[in-house]
Amino acid sequence: MTILHRAAGERFTLELILNGQRRSGQAEPRMLLCDFLRHELHAFAVHVGCEHGVCGACTILIEGRAVRSCTQYAAQADGADIVTAEGLAPPGTLNEVQRAFMKHHALQCGFCTPGILCSVAHFLRQTPEPDERRVREMLSGHICRCTGYTSIVTAILEAAAMMRKGS
Amino acid sequence: MKPVAFDYYRPQTLSEALELLADKGDEAVILAGGMTLGPMLNLRIVRPRAVIDISRIEALQTISVTGSVVVTGAGLTQSEALSSEIIAREVPLLAMALPWVGHFQTRNRGTLGGSVAHADPSAEIPLALVACGGTVVLQSRWGQRRIGARQFFVGALVTQRRPDEMIMALEWPRSAPDAGHAFSEIAQRHGDFAIAAAACTVRLAKPHRVEQLVVGIGGVEDRPVAIDVSSFLGQAPGEMAAKLSEYAAASVSPMDDRSASAAYRTALTKVLVERAVNSALSIARLQRGRLQ
Repeated sequence: MTILHRAAGERFTLELILNGQRRSGQAEPRMLLCDFLRHELHAFAVHVGCEHGVCGACTILIEGRAVRSCTQYAAQADGADIVTAEGLAPPGTLNEVQRAFMKHHALQCGFCTPGILCSVAHFLRQTPEPDERRVREMLSGHICRCTGYTSIVTAILEAAAMMRKGS
Repeated sequence: MKPVAFDYYRPQTLSEALELLADKGDEAVILAGGMTLGPMLNLRIVRPRAVIDISRIEALQTISVTGSVVVTGAGLTQSEALSSEIIAREVPLLAMALPWVGHFQTRNRGTLGGSVAHADPSAEIPLALVACGGTVVLQSRWGQRRIGARQFFVGALVTQRRPDEMIMALEWPRSAPDAGHAFSEIAQRHGDFAIAAAACTVRLAKPHRVEQLVVGIGGVEDRPVAIDVSSFLGQAPGEMAAKLSEYAAASVSPMDDRSASAAYRTALTKVLVERAVNSALSIARLQRGRLQ
């Protein structure tokens, strides 16, 4: 049998790749992945909002795909390659999307921002030439209560154009 | 908001998963993408003793064409299905329904089988499967059962699946090349659960004769339903959308709940069926023209 079993309440060591580095921490079966990333690995860009997959604040990249980290469990992620907003650009620098967000005031309180940035990273790789409708459809998976979304849409469209020019 | 403590099992193969399920039965829940089960666990709506994680069983993540059907593994993610050329070509109705399922971020993880297993009355994938006349393939340690989607859904969140069974695959009949398909939906925000949704498939034998016709409704009754439209076969497509929409609205027994009244759901049924039928008819006309 190759069935992995973790008993209820059992503490175990979990290893994964976070922002390009091999990291490990302690988890138990019911621990949410977002809690593991914050409490054990101190990836505080993972914001925890609704904890049931609706608000999008906890969105991260797993194997390059934008997914919620509150509706999966740490135990599921052993060996996974995870990128959070901290890993989207080398430390101390901003990527194209982050610069466009700054320029267009696409954030105010910033709570939803790290999740959106992770979504955009996957979205623009898959859809390098999006129109406004596609951007808004992708953004429907995030709740922002400050901006009214207009500035976010503008920033994403501009970042997409800059990235096309650059590549 | 944390789930109750549970035993976590992660089988690598289908037979290991079935063995576990046979052993744990109704104490266990099956975790695939977790887009529905995750929230239910976190909110403690479900309090299982054991969680069986099937997300790493590769045999469940396949798409294949077998004779007259496309077979999708239960663990295929919604985004993989949405980007599949096979599904776009062979099961256009599913390809049209998928953009309405949740959001970009949830489709990256949510699975076709998970949505069917959960059986939310307003979910799009069950509606597409019912409208296509598809089949649910259930597997247990003791054998396999294949149940037509129109029988599989029993009521809100209730299906014919037994606790020792898991959905292994879904079978989607391949679309005729000259068929027209359409999907329409009303929700409070894009990606929210549908208040009502309609699916339509139509084929024209001659420009003035409807040969094949399916109208499916989701979110209105406690499960997705295919309306009996046999009396419309052989008719001219001219006034069909208007007549069918009246007929569909009179046929449904709508739910009455917090998100919409029964009267509103009936009104939406009429509007959405008319839209879906009109749009499926125009596509069918185009397809006929292209193939001749």
